[in-house]
Amino acid sequence: MSFFNEKSIIETINMIRVHNLDIRTVTLSLSLRDCCCEDVKETGDKIYEKILKYAKNLYSYASEIEEEYSIPIINKRVSVTPISLVGESCKNPDYIYLAKVLDSAAKEVNVNFVGGFSALVEKGCTKGDIMLIESIPEALKQTQRVCSSINLASTKAGINMNAVKKMGSVIKQTAFLTKEQDGIGAAKLVCFCNAPGDNPFMAGAFHGYGEGEAILNVGVSGPGVVRSAIENLPKNADLGEIANKIKQTAFKITTTGELVGRRMAEKMGIPFGIIDLSLAPTPAIGDSVAGIFQAMGLEHAGAHGTTAALAMLNDAVKKGGIMASSYVGGLSGAFIPVSEDAGMIEAAKKGVLTFDKLEAMTSVCSVGLDMIAIPGDTPDSTISAIIADEMAIGMINKKTTAVRVIPVPDKNVGDYALYGGLLGEAPIMKINGLSSETFINRGGRIPAPIHSLNN
Amino acid sequence: MSEDKIIVTISGKDRVGIVAEISAVLAKYEVNIEDIKQTIMQGCFMMFLLGDISQSKYSFKEIKEAVSLSGQKLGMEIWMQKKEIFDKMHTI
Repeated sequence: MSFFNEKSIIETINMIRVHNLDIRTVTLSLSLRDCCCEDVKETGDKIYEKILKYAKNLYSYASEIEEEYSIPIINKRVSVTPISLVGESCKNPDYIYLAKVLDSAAKEVNVNFVGGFSALVEKGCTKGDIMLIESIPEALKQTQRVCSSINLASTKAGINMNAVKKMGSVIKQTAFLTKEQDGIGAAKLVCFCNAPGDNPFMAGAFHGYGEGEAILNVGVSGPGVVRSAIENLPKNADLGEIANKIKQTAFKITTTGELVGRRMAEKMGIPFGIIDLSLAPTPAIGDSVAGIFQAMGLEHAGAHGTTAALAMLNDAVKKGGIMASSYVGGLSGAFIPVSEDAGMIEAAKKGVLTFDKLEAMTSVCSVGLDMIAIPGDTPDSTISAIIADEMAIGMINKKTTAVRVIPVPDKNVGDYALYGGLLGEAPIMKINGLSSETFINRGGRIPAPIHSLNN
Repeated sequence: MSEDKIIVTISGKDRVGIVAEISAVLAKYEVNIEDIKQTIMQGCFMMFLLGDISQSKYSFKEIKEAVSLSGQKLGMEIWMQKKEIFDKMHTI
């Protein structure tokens, strides 16, 4: 006879049914290093076969687990070795072709996204890296499910400002080539500092250098659960009590994620990698990180105090998570994407959440400037300068930071970009109109900070 | 094995025959009922049932479909989950 507690059962069901607890993604992380060939067609064939071999049951296994635990698994994804490495050995390299191969493999195995159209160039670019970066706009135009990420900086290496400069125009061009959909291509492109190689979330997932052949990573979510837990505390609870409640909630979310991740890995016959415990909001009402700030007592996201609230949230989430699993990794923390969070969208619409405040928040959130729509006529050099600022925050603070901005073609402050689904909608945000052009045109490399010399 | 344990949660308006209907389905699908608890919460009838599916020749999916169907017949909300999720979430 085994024991059960009806209060716990009701709590779990309510977390799923009322507060949108879900497994945001199960991501197969797959090495493609053995697919490198001299001929690009042969490389493409090997990539396609390998993804099919490992991911053919990803969707059906995830559906079975959804049934067993009655917990939704929103996305099934694949991340692969940065494609700049895989395509570089080809005598006739064609990165757009390889992107199309990834896209068709993703469609064949019914995954939402495949990540890893990537290059890691924090210190310098090889010829393959440059070719991949230059092919991004066309690759993202010609594919639907491919996501791209470029690591431009790290605490150890500094910031590759030549690549930062290039990425400003690549982002602009990517948005322009998908202008019929408000520049959605740029929503699938992210620039990183200190990118983790085991992140299961898009657009930044790729299979890192030090990873094994194939592993299963899982990303959980649940901002609605955290918000509700805080709302249920007494109104005079102090911030220490709130931090403790966040930890307890994060623990519950993480154990569920780990259960699903381990079960998935077992079914697929590959090792379990990490659980990424990220509070990833969705446009659904209540499933919002901005809503957590309100539950803590701020009028809206963007109010003075938001950075402090976010710092506490991000830290408490990690502390709760590490109690629940030995393998917490990826980006773990709190995401603050604007277009994907109903509370952030509302704050941005009202003009109370500004670009500059978001930048300050990224110094304590788990990632960075995320899903922010900016005017379509923003100069390339200004986009590069936005990236440089964000890379600097990550480099100096030894944390992952990222930039996913969308210069929405033909739209300006006061207009809206509409993407639908998890990507949501976004008001075009005002950015600083001063020129950064001469600074960006200098190029070169910002040296690694003094605390990188810790050998 | 703990993965053979299931929890069935039924909620809705109280009426005659709820336990009879659900236990008949579980018997038909060879699920051993190990424990049942009932309560009224905010005017809503709730029943929690712990079952063991290790002796059943039916799959989890088949059992769940049958249980869900009887929930629909009764006009009640029904959840059937492996017990592991509760054990993991609420135990340190």
